[in-house]
Amino acid sequence: MDAELLLTSMMTLASGIPLTLILTLASLVIGLVLSVPLAFLRTSGNKYFSLPVLAYTYVFRGTPLLVQLFIIYYGLGQIEFIRSSGLWYVLRDPFWCSLLAFSLNSAAYTTEVFRGGILAVPSGMIDAAQAIGMTPLQQKRKIILPIAFRGVLPSYVNEVIALLKASSLASTVTLLEITGLSRKLVSETFAPYEIFIAAGILYLGLTSIFTSGFRVLETRWLNAPPKQAAPDGIIAKQVVHGS
Amino acid sequence: MRAAIATSLPESQIAPAAGGVQARGIEKRLGNVEVLRGVTLDVAAGEIVAILGSSGSGKSTFLRCVNLLTLPDRGDIWVHGEHLRLRPISERDSEPRILDHDQVRRVRASIGMVFQNFNLWPHMTVLENVSAGPVLVNRLTRKAATELGRGYLAKVGLSDKAGSYPRHLSGGQQQRVAIARALAMEPKLLLFDEPTSALDPELVGEVLRVMTALAGEGRTMMIVTHEVAFAREVSSRAAFMHQGRIEEEGSSPAFFLNPTSASLRRFLTAHDERHS
Repeated sequence: MDAELLLTSMMTLASGIPLTLILTLASLVIGLVLSVPLAFLRTSGNKYFSLPVLAYTYVFRGTPLLVQLFIIYYGLGQIEFIRSSGLWYVLRDPFWCSLLAFSLNSAAYTTEVFRGGILAVPSGMIDAAQAIGMTPLQQKRKIILPIAFRGVLPSYVNEVIALLKASSLASTVTLLEITGLSRKLVSETFAPYEIFIAAGILYLGLTSIFTSGFRVLETRWLNAPPKQAAPDGIIAKQVVHGS
Repeated sequence: MRAAIATSLPESQIAPAAGGVQARGIEKRLGNVEVLRGVTLDVAAGEIVAILGSSGSGKSTFLRCVNLLTLPDRGDIWVHGEHLRLRPISERDSEPRILDHDQVRRVRASIGMVFQNFNLWPHMTVLENVSAGPVLVNRLTRKAATELGRGYLAKVGLSDKAGSYPRHLSGGQQQRVAIARALAMEPKLLLFDEPTSALDPELVGEVLRVMTALAGEGRTMMIVTHEVAFAREVSSRAAFMHQGRIEEEGSSPAFFLNPTSASLRRFLTAHDERHS
């Protein structure tokens, strides 16, 4: 293995980090914003609310993200109605297609993660909120969602990491993020070994940053008074690694 | 007959009393079990009523009907003289329904409830638990609610725990926070649902002491409890529930000293044996 090539290609591939991060973070935010109301609809006792959401998560979790991306990027352009509409300006662009596919996919997974969290909120917490006279919206915003989100944080971190890695699929629709740049570089240098190892190291670095960022959040939320901070920190770490 | 009156007359005209709680013919079925089979109980303003009974007698379910955490299938409830607007079950509707959500929220805000398992919100500090209701429901400013919260934490002897999270407190301390949370809403009525049943024996005393102090302030209280000695000490009246009905009720000393029904005698005797 050529260590120098490895290092120089890492420098080159680093210019793909911003696009990888933008795709990941933007899809995460959109997915998060969509998934909160969807998760409440999904857990609603009314089947007219819960079934459409179930159908959505079922389809997006049951098919490969790559297939979803191809359908959006190659497929939608076949439809005359879309080609002639304003949507075409968005859908002919590989960046927006990737963002759309990743966001919808992430929203589906996150919805199911939150659904589990919402169902796991002890009924006594909601009793107490009702008994004090909170409106249903206040109960959701102030009690149910914060408790649910803390409960599913380890699973949500998994979703974040999965999405970061899945963003490499954007390279299949010509985007030059880390993986896209790697493939371009490989075709120019014929040194796949060093270059893909360099790409792997970059991804590993990014996932480490994400995981430790969430670990800080987790420790703060499983908040302890300063004197007990140490044992709580250990518990938080075990949760992250064990999940 | 009563149901007919309740739907045909303005509520204010038929309120049985201006204050306290009146429950008439409360029925509730959960699954296949008839938990409440027509419970009628009056609690006058300023009265402290203890509700006793063995497990499964329906006493907790009845208490939850007062602030509608559980909706009665049939029956009428007045709180502070206001009739709660519910639609009972019928051939058409298999579930009872709240007809006026604003009324229910307003009434709930005027009733403090303390639960068996404390039910403190784990993501909030002790002070946030106590001041959340005053801010969100009673629309106090954060500053006023914090001040109010600190006052009630002092009252239950937990001023030094304001910044702690519930899971760092003992059961007895958590329950005292829960009492402070209920008091911070400045309620006209307090409901206690087996407040000491989940506590280690050595922690029961601190909670009962707080409740005894409250009883001395002339508050209206309904207390579901297994603590017979405590009930005898603080209550002005007591009711004994058995198989979904109120088997016996009476003023406090006589109720405990001269029970008339066989089931209450058995209950009190069993309790005496356990504690002798």
